[in-house]
Amino acid sequence: MISPGAVDQVFVTLKDWIVFHTPAPLQTLVSIVIEVATIIVVFAALFALATVFERKGLGRMQNRYGPNRVGPFGVFQPIADAVKSLTKEDVVPRAADHVVHYLAPLVLVGVVFLTYAVLPVGRNMTAVNLDAGVLYFFAVGAATELAIFMAGWSSHNKYSLLGAMRAIAQMVSYEIPLILSSVAVIMIAGTLSTVKIVELQARYSNGLAHWYVFTPWGLAGFILFMIAATAETNRSPFDLPEGESEIISGYFIEYSGFKFALFFLAEYLEMFAVSGLGITLFLGGWSSPVSFLAWIPSWLWFFGKLLALLFAFIWVRGTVPRLRMDQLMNFAWKFMLPMTLVTILSAGIWHFLTVAVVGPKPLGGVIRWLVCALVIFVPYITLARVLERGRRIEKRVYRFAE
Amino acid sequence: MLGEGIIQGLVETARNFFGSYVEKDRLTTVQYPEERHTLPEASRVFPILLYDGDDAAKGLRCVACQICEKECPPRCIHIEKSKDKKPDFVGKQQFYPAVFDIDVAVCMSCQICVEVCPFDAIRMDKVYELSTSDRFGGLLWTKEQLSKPNEYYQKIHPMEAAETDERRVKELAEAQAKAAAAAAKAAQTASPAPGDASGNGASAAAKPATAVHE
Ligand code: SF4
Ligand code: SF4
Repeated sequence: MISPGAVDQVFVTLKDWIVFHTPAPLQTLVSIVIEVATIIVVFAALFALATVFERKGLGRMQNRYGPNRVGPFGVFQPIADAVKSLTKEDVVPRAADHVVHYLAPLVLVGVVFLTYAVLPVGRNMTAVNLDAGVLYFFAVGAATELAIFMAGWSSHNKYSLLGAMRAIAQMVSYEIPLILSSVAVIMIAGTLSTVKIVELQARYSNGLAHWYVFTPWGLAGFILFMIAATAETNRSPFDLPEGESEIISGYFIEYSGFKFALFFLAEYLEMFAVSGLGITLFLGGWSSPVSFLAWIPSWLWFFGKLLALLFAFIWVRGTVPRLRMDQLMNFAWKFMLPMTLVTILSAGIWHFLTVAVVGPKPLGGVIRWLVCALVIFVPYITLARVLERGRRIEKRVYRFAE
Repeated sequence: MLGEGIIQGLVETARNFFGSYVEKDRLTTVQYPEERHTLPEASRVFPILLYDGDDAAKGLRCVACQICEKECPPRCIHIEKSKDKKPDFVGKQQFYPAVFDIDVAVCMSCQICVEVCPFDAIRMDKVYELSTSDRFGGLLWTKEQLSKPNEYYQKIHPMEAAETDERRVKELAEAQAKAAAAAAKAAQTASPAPGDASGNGASAAAKPATAVHE
């Protein structure tokens, strides 16, 4: 009988076995190659799957079927798409800066793949266990802005430049709430290492895991983090940089064929990476929420959570229309930023309301929870009131239509 | 409260998402090659030439008057008049088109040719899967390809066909009555030459009328 622990560690064991059987001078290299290749293959496959899911999910939300012709239920659609994008002509505008134009998609994909290095996708399954893993993630992730601006600038097209400028403005603005909402977790965990953060959450009391999303500041932080992540990855409703209707898909308008596919790939990879970080910080990484389900392999938990977040992204995309630029900026600076500061405050209060202050476990825990929730909820209501003051939303009356 | 509207929206899309799996009639998509819409009766795609009876060459209603050729806005009809004549449905000697081509690629389905034809000879078909791998010959339809029996027209456009048929029966009856009257008059005045085939006018017209029309 195979024990759950062995199933959990099957990939780690497999890698160790392969490394063990290679000659000693090559072992480090082989180990690196195996890890990098696995990350690239697994997440590229997930990308293929995600495009189908997204199209089918959006279709169902609009009461359509979505792609259902290539293979059973259209699951081979990505293969058709890949063939199509590979066989297309690669057009480069004559006025473009050829080198930069060529490099932009490569830099983008490369940078996004680098962020996966610190994601713990399972127990003992982290490519690099950096002490400053979260910091590394944000530092590397910020380099995507450079690649996007390279694409927009080198295309020598006003729409791509507009798109790139929008992208930079948006990503710089939302980087702040993104990082600040994870500051609360870093404060409580007391570490920047992604592996440690997950291990801290993988403890159980009364059968329930210590996920940070179960705390009031963690819940608020998670929601703020995901909103900022949506904006960071240029997903709808924050997809202004590629608004089809006004700037005809923005910074990658001058890309065709496989380079365009690379942009597409990078966009999805960014989404997986940032969701992976959200899972790591708030949703307990590879740990199960309740102790009796802990026998399910850790990597299944991680990818299950990733798919759930992916569905949430698709769901939001199917629901919310694109914002205007000023709405986007107002939302970032007037709402997201104060709210993330409030969550940090709440996390601080959580830290100091120990058993000594609020009393023993059951009642004390409830009091602690309620106090911290109130610290977030009251500013939220107040802020919402202030922002909505003087703005009445009325039913629009059309003079000529109807 | 801030964010309430988004929750409502999310609930709505979730209802659509799950609803589309349980309620089939939510899905408005028609799975085209397997399923098709039933076309409304007035739908039209491309003109056809009608003929009476079984023989397309003999019963073709078109008299090559070329009105449609001149009226067609994109000029996609090409007609060449015949040298000889053949009797039409009332028995009158008429030209017929030696060549009648329509370029499917150019026709814009405007139905103007149908509106102007004084002989009910050209009507619109409903067939819409006209793609072909031959870009030139395959898209230029000849008289033979365009000819369709009246029964086909009755099937695709029953209401229009009923009206046309009624009018044509009346026209035929009038023509026959006129021919009969003329024949009676001719018999009264000129009894000596009833078998005169080369004779002009009424007596010659009366005979093919009965011969051609069943
Ligand atoms: S339908 Fe219009 S375009 Fe087509 S043949 Fe008739 S007149 Fe010409
Ligand atoms: S189809 Fe009608 S309008 Fe056109 S040539 Fe024939 S009889 Fe004349």
